[in-house]
Amino acid sequence: MDFEYSDDQSLLKDSVDRFIQNNYGFEQRRKLVATDEGYSDKNWSQFAELGWLGMPFPEQYGGFGGTPVETMIVMEAFGTGLVAEPYLPTVVLGGGAILHGGSEEQKQAILPAVAEGKLKLALAFAERQSRYNLADVETSAKKDGGSYVLNGMKGVVFGAPSADKIIVVARTSGQSRDADGISLFLVDKDAQGLRVRGYPTADGLRAGEVYLDNVKVGADALVGEEGKGLPLLEKVIDHGIAAISAEAVGAMKALNDMTLEYLKTREQFGQPIGRFQVLQHRMVDMFIAHEEAKSMAMMAAMRVDEADETERKKAMSAAKVQIGKSARYVGQQGIQLHGGIGMTDEYAAGHYFKRLTMIDRSFGDTDFHLKRFADL
Amino acid sequence: MDLRFSPEEEAFREKVRAWVREKLPQDIREKVDRGFELSCDDLRRWMKILSAEGWIATNWDKKDGGPGFTAGQKYLFEDELFLGGAPRTIHFGTRMVGPVLLAFGTEEQKRKYIPKILTSEEIWSQGYSEPGSGSDLASLKLSAVRDGDHYVVNGTKIWSSHAHCADRMFALTRTSTTGKKQEGITCLLIDLKAPGVTIRPIITIDGRHVFNQEFFDDVRVPVEDRVGEEGEGWRIAKYLLGHERSNASWISITKRTLVKTKEIAAEERVSGGRLIDDEVFRHKIADCEQELQTLELTALRTLSAAAADKPMDLGQAGLIKLRTAEVIKRVNELSMEAGAYYAQPFEPQAIRGGWNEEPVGPDYLFRMAPDYFEARAMSIAGGSNEIQKNIIAKGVLGL
Repeated sequence: MDFEYSDDQSLLKDSVDRFIQNNYGFEQRRKLVATDEGYSDKNWSQFAELGWLGMPFPEQYGGFGGTPVETMIVMEAFGTGLVAEPYLPTVVLGGGAILHGGSEEQKQAILPAVAEGKLKLALAFAERQSRYNLADVETSAKKDGGSYVLNGMKGVVFGAPSADKIIVVARTSGQSRDADGISLFLVDKDAQGLRVRGYPTADGLRAGEVYLDNVKVGADALVGEEGKGLPLLEKVIDHGIAAISAEAVGAMKALNDMTLEYLKTREQFGQPIGRFQVLQHRMVDMFIAHEEAKSMAMMAAMRVDEADETERKKAMSAAKVQIGKSARYVGQQGIQLHGGIGMTDEYAAGHYFKRLTMIDRSFGDTDFHLKRFADL
Repeated sequence: MDLRFSPEEEAFREKVRAWVREKLPQDIREKVDRGFELSCDDLRRWMKILSAEGWIATNWDKKDGGPGFTAGQKYLFEDELFLGGAPRTIHFGTRMVGPVLLAFGTEEQKRKYIPKILTSEEIWSQGYSEPGSGSDLASLKLSAVRDGDHYVVNGTKIWSSHAHCADRMFALTRTSTTGKKQEGITCLLIDLKAPGVTIRPIITIDGRHVFNQEFFDDVRVPVEDRVGEEGEGWRIAKYLLGHERSNASWISITKRTLVKTKEIAAEERVSGGRLIDDEVFRHKIADCEQELQTLELTALRTLSAAAADKPMDLGQAGLIKLRTAEVIKRVNELSMEAGAYYAQPFEPQAIRGGWNEEPVGPDYLFRMAPDYFEARAMSIAGGSNEIQKNIIAKGVLGL
């Protein structure tokens, strides 16, 4: 039982923290998310050079063979800077789907290119009606000789506008919400019949609606086994949960630090407002919320590779519930303790609040995961 | 980073589990299981069994007579003890007096008291709070006036858990009323059998007798039973707070309570179905499980930091104390809710020993309301949650 980083992990943490410090000041980030793309290619190349884009991939695919703990370290630091580059969709979700379900050819074709920064991915799993139910898939993939024809629409696909390839979750058989009959397809973004309508999300990131109109792909586009895609998708999303939990922990830490600083400097009634006990106790509650979230994010990173599927899901749900509770508390109180300035777009606190709020809308919210935790 | 315990630690866990199964007397296990009050003799008997194994002072180093457990072993030991249905012991001897004497005591004091703590021959209680000094502990008034080779002690202490079972008390007294209130406090070891000591039981809202008030009327305490110098009591008390707060045993106890609650919810019927299948109740259980898991992981982080020789953060320990109190209250509330109407019959005699009648309703329910009322004390005793927050605000956040 050990919660301490190895020396290599400490070095990684220092390196990502340093990157955030030098490249992700609030003003820099504001300018970045206001551009058309919403992220920086230069940053992306630097991620590649520093080895972060291949972090979870084995060395034979150009990666570093990192565990989910390394991903946690990167994502936590990214959370402190509200990093806008599509790391989660490309490396954790898209890369994760290929890593955990792809054929040898797919791994060789995709993973090294991702690690080098040449290829961006997205995972299109949600639909308009699906909410957080991963089995609620209506997008269809019909077999047509040696190929498949995809039709339907995938909603709020993180990183879709920047992706070169999109992994589309579609139904090859069965009824909507059946566990069986779900398949994953690796589709070129410029495939004929595929259209992405990109947009910014409330937290300044980018997502898109993906429309599939008779998109024809070969049998080699299938990721994993036909009709047996749900366990793979669940596994990849659980990795997403572990990663985004760490990001939330970083964002909470940054917002807490900022709020504490404000309590010490902002004066009202002739004294720093941090002298008021009601605000001190609120700040302590925020401190506790962050620490508890951190405990669970660490647990998530250590257990997401667990072989027992039920145990893994239960652990990820427990983590996500805590992240939801803590993020909501820290986000809301972070604004409250700042008062009016916390409401302004030109101040950082509100942006952390927005990202924390949207994290609870990702991969299942607190209620969804409490229910899944209870049901397992 | 790795959540797993080492094979050696897992083997140790098994060893403790088997030991508890073998050594915990059946009657004591049953009392704990059913929520009956344990007598002083029951507690002493169990403590002596632990002593005989060398497992009473689990927080002590080997050189001091402890088992020299690693941080992981300490956690596993307590976890197995309480999951196995053992009662909490009266631990002021091992958690307070021992560590204080080892750090501040004279050689003679160590010789006189430490062995009997280790054998559980002498039971200790704690004399901190007074009727006028709760959260503002430093305002305490129990007067100790020097008279030759003795201090003459007059006044009162309150909320002393199990003082009615104890032989001696580790008490904070006032030896000076000038200067800062923190500076006039002195630690005395008081013989509770000495002339002039009266112990009055305090029955709490759950109907149980754990707490007491003591009255001291010209009680003579030899000067050699003073710990540290005159006026050093506050520093010693603060040293101890770290020890008391890091006690994570309640987490294991609460895990067991939650298991019981699920068993009860599987028995209880709601509209013909099982309570545990009721959507709302099930989610409340899940919520408690999730919170308890978070708490346990946070406690394990503290252990991990200690094992890695990183300084244990007082704020983190306070955090665990504070959150433990909140989670315990919720879990006990849920057990009580499970009883519905049958949470209402209140027969504290059923909890006490020597009552032979059948309680009203199923025998797993009558204790639930008392347990819930008792748990309400968790966020008050040992420094209220509000005080814990003051400490974290000041000590960790620098506010």
